[in-house]
Amino acid sequence: MSTPTVCAMALATRTDRRPSTARTLWDSTVGKKTIMAVSGLFMLLYLLVHMFGNLKIFFGPGQFNGYAHWLRTVGEPFLHYEWALWIIRVVLVASVVAHGVCAYQLSRRDLRARPVGYAHRPARSGYATRTMRWGGVILGLFVVWHLLDLTTGTVHSGGFQPGHPYQNVVDTFSTWYGDVIYIVAVLALGMHVRHGLWSAAQTLGAGSVTRDRFLKITANALALVLAAGFIAVPVGVMSGIVS
Amino acid sequence: MRIVLRVWRQKNAEAPGAMTTYEVDGVSPDMSFLEMLDTLNERLTLEGEEPVAFDHDCREGICGACSLVINGEAHGPERTTSCQLHMRSFRDGDVIDVEPWRAAAFPVVRDLVVDRSAFDRIIQAGGYISVPTGAAPEAHATPVPKAAADLAFEHAECIGCGACVAACPNGSAMLFTSAKVNHLGVLPQGAPERETRVLDMVAQMDAEGFGGCTLTGACATACPKSIPLMSITAMNKEWLRATRKVPRG
Repeated sequence: MSTPTVCAMALATRTDRRPSTARTLWDSTVGKKTIMAVSGLFMLLYLLVHMFGNLKIFFGPGQFNGYAHWLRTVGEPFLHYEWALWIIRVVLVASVVAHGVCAYQLSRRDLRARPVGYAHRPARSGYATRTMRWGGVILGLFVVWHLLDLTTGTVHSGGFQPGHPYQNVVDTFSTWYGDVIYIVAVLALGMHVRHGLWSAAQTLGAGSVTRDRFLKITANALALVLAAGFIAVPVGVMSGIVS
Repeated sequence: MRIVLRVWRQKNAEAPGAMTTYEVDGVSPDMSFLEMLDTLNERLTLEGEEPVAFDHDCREGICGACSLVINGEAHGPERTTSCQLHMRSFRDGDVIDVEPWRAAAFPVVRDLVVDRSAFDRIIQAGGYISVPTGAAPEAHATPVPKAAADLAFEHAECIGCGACVAACPNGSAMLFTSAKVNHLGVLPQGAPERETRVLDMVAQMDAEGFGGCTLTGACATACPKSIPLMSITAMNKEWLRATRKVPRG
């Protein structure tokens, strides 16, 4: 009897050394999306805390400025003055950079994947879904302005007073452009979170048919709560509740 | 019915293409979309022109050969394959745009025919199970739980037509790849390669130049076999699990 001939249809079995987990993540579209999901969740968690903290402005300058000062002393005596704040800043900068770099690289790839478009334009996806890229860019630019306005005071409208955030916030939201920039950015944030949070759940494999409704409602509710909470501050200043 | 067609004509992969207008008279509402194209091609042949090249095989919606973007929708307005789309879905006098799948990974061969070998290479990278060849194994040797069998079958319905890639704004092949990964991954027979399969197939998918997933859901809407968007979620989960479990070195 002759030996049966084996017809090798598949590619040769991989015997090479597999790259590290970090390498695998960075080299893969699925891995880059994972990095975006995790960094996005870090930023979202920060934003929730930030939004709740902002609401202290409705309890007067003493409470708000006291809260701002506490942010610098939190963790003492284990942590030095402002260390907790700087740790958070480092994590946030790392998240923003990772999120942005992955988004840029994936977007470039996505555009290359369809070099010739359709003559008959296909139906478009939902508003929040198709504005993720430009919405993200708007949010990035807003963060730069926001930091120059209320953290460093470089582009602040009134006389910026370090250590007196209450007055600084009132100054900013007393200008029409301060209100417009802020409210537009917060609405963009709501849209970004609406699609982003649900997407992050899918990317991390947390979604399922039975959980989908819950995830969609959670993403929408969180987007709404965040947007409403942030917008409450300029609205408070404009309406004279905060002055 | 009288139909005005605007069809993508392209001589070969290198030549530039353009939308060309044809009028097709005497179309019956009972004709399939491909039969309507046959009618046009018959006339073009008689007139000494090159017929419009398009892929087709079984014409009963199970082979995945037909691949037309009709009025901007992969396989047209009905949730089925182009061959199972009938002219009753259109109205007399309609202007219909017919284009090939558009993706860098699916180069146009001619007119409406694209090269989908990229899908074959994704399958070759891991879309198989290692089985001892020889006599058929005893059917009850490997019990398959009912739920796993159902889930595997749901994903096995994928016919690899590529409508997901054509519909995705990013030209992503995630739905196709996830259907194959999940089909084999949930079965006990697929367990030995569970980790390497998903890693290698996703790596091949990326290497072919498909875009990434932004979860627009356009793929699942276009899929003639109703592969759910959650298939991608399940593959993401498999992929992340595999990055932790696969043996290295």
